[in-house]
Amino acid sequence: MHMADALISPAVGGTMMAATACVAAYSIKKVQNDLDDKKVSLMGVMGAFVFAAQMINFSIPATGSSGHLGGGMLLAILLGPYAGFLTMASILLIQALFFGDGGLLAYGCNVFNLGFYTCFIAYPLVYKWIIRKGLTSGRIFGASMASAILGLQMGSFSVVLQTLLSGKTELHFNTFVLLMQPIHLAIGIVEGLVTAAIVTFVWKARPEILECTAAGKTFGGVSIKKVLTGILAAAIVIGGFVSWFASSDPDGLEWSIERTAGTAELEASGGVYDLLADIQSKTAFLPDYNFKTATEDETSGYAGTSVSGIVGGALTLALTGLIGLIISMFKEKNTKIAQQQ
Amino acid sequence: MSKVADSIYNIRLLDELARKNTSIHRLHPVSKLLTTIVYLIVVVSFNRYEISGLLPFVLYPMVIIILAELPVMPIFKRLLMVGPLIIGIGILNPLFDPRGWITFASIIIKSVLTITACLVLVSTTGLDKIAQALRTLKVPNIFVLQLLLTFRYISVLIEELARMLRAYALRAPQQKGVRLKDCGSFVGLLLLRTYDRAQRVYDSMKLRGFNGEYYSYSKSKITWKDVLYLLAWSTFFITARVYNIPVLLGLLFGRMCN
Repeated sequence: MHMADALISPAVGGTMMAATACVAAYSIKKVQNDLDDKKVSLMGVMGAFVFAAQMINFSIPATGSSGHLGGGMLLAILLGPYAGFLTMASILLIQALFFGDGGLLAYGCNVFNLGFYTCFIAYPLVYKWIIRKGLTSGRIFGASMASAILGLQMGSFSVVLQTLLSGKTELHFNTFVLLMQPIHLAIGIVEGLVTAAIVTFVWKARPEILECTAAGKTFGGVSIKKVLTGILAAAIVIGGFVSWFASSDPDGLEWSIERTAGTAELEASGGVYDLLADIQSKTAFLPDYNFKTATEDETSGYAGTSVSGIVGGALTLALTGLIGLIISMFKEKNTKIAQQQ
Repeated sequence: MSKVADSIYNIRLLDELARKNTSIHRLHPVSKLLTTIVYLIVVVSFNRYEISGLLPFVLYPMVIIILAELPVMPIFKRLLMVGPLIIGIGILNPLFDPRGWITFASIIIKSVLTITACLVLVSTTGLDKIAQALRTLKVPNIFVLQLLLTFRYISVLIEELARMLRAYALRAPQQKGVRLKDCGSFVGLLLLRTYDRAQRVYDSMKLRGFNGEYYSYSKSKITWKDVLYLLAWSTFFITARVYNIPVLLGLLFGRMCN
């Protein structure tokens, strides 16, 4: 469900980044009140754990598609919404930087899609509401299931909106939504099952952890070993349950988009485009030589533009290569001189 | 389970590359981070039918790769791994829209550029220094600390996992991967070990005076070089955004020929 940089526009990316920054700032303020060093290290362990769990793909039976554990709901339940959101944010940053999984500009979108809906909507409104009269295994199951499904549905709908608003693809809204939502319903059910199993185990082994988080208290009084039991449970469940499904089939998002491609036009809109297009039309010199056709005129299409684009493209790449060659020659020379000295 | 080996390799490699000492590595992390962000914004701001205008943007990652002496193959490999994802997103565009191939090509080029830019940033800066840059940019300490700890625990976790996988494989000949019935205890044990290790790491950090603040060994100051680096690249990016350099070159070439 990770959005890539290539699919978003600066306006969408920027807006989502700002929204994420606000939520993160609020979470930090909340967490700061009850932070001790141990909780930070616990957040670190949980982050690494979810990171590992996300590496395992599980297939959705009968669709040929697969998904991975988001873990947002699990983090919210075990760490509380604020610490959970922050942990999710750091996992996603590492994935974006080191693995190209979700871009740096799309970072705000990704944190919001995977962290916000689970931690700040599904957790307080659904999970906590279902368990308000105390914990039973039935309630935990229902609460985890419902909140995981809701979180993922909102997240995937958010992906659809962000992609369409960015206007970088030819995808059609109806088809895209009709593919994304059912797939993420399936993923949500699996995620719900896994989350429920983990939470039930934690609750049976160390009920006070869940009672504390639910009451908004810190882990201060709870031994770190007890929390470990919960994480251990998660490891067992995920290891045993999910690896059974593990597959290398395409991710749910890709699967959806692969099967969608609208014929209807979806115009790239938004202030930034208009602004940049405006700047471009104003600043382009030699307008007679159809620059604008090559850059902005969407109706005639690229193929109809002048040969100059193609020739120039080849020239640009050749020139770029030449610059690279010169720099590396200089560099070699310098290192040789340095070695001689 | 090759995904695990790949992750270790990738994190190790990027960590190692970040420790080099070249002119690019010596630049202030804030300058490099901001340059990357400007680059990403400008590349992503192109519309979905743009191809020629994106070509000049190859220059930035190429120059940095050469100057920072980064190996090309690992970066290329990483691109190939993320490749199927992007191709999956783009491939059906051409089937339903006459201009779909343009959109597809545009998405591919943008993906290559943006992902390379991220990898180049990490492999010339390292997460420690990116964290330092985030602190300089007033990102709250808790988040930065949490980020660094998660990153450290990930290395600990997957290295331990690689060892366990090797031990398992040696004791289970003619068997692909970990058996399902062993999986729970396998992953569970890994977590126990990781946790113990992390606790030890935390204890020793505490004994060495860790009090919640992450101090980096070098608190470098931003010099005119760093400012110049940011400004020069930004100027180039914006110029290349406003003027379509390949088309200009093509026109110039056409005139010369006539």
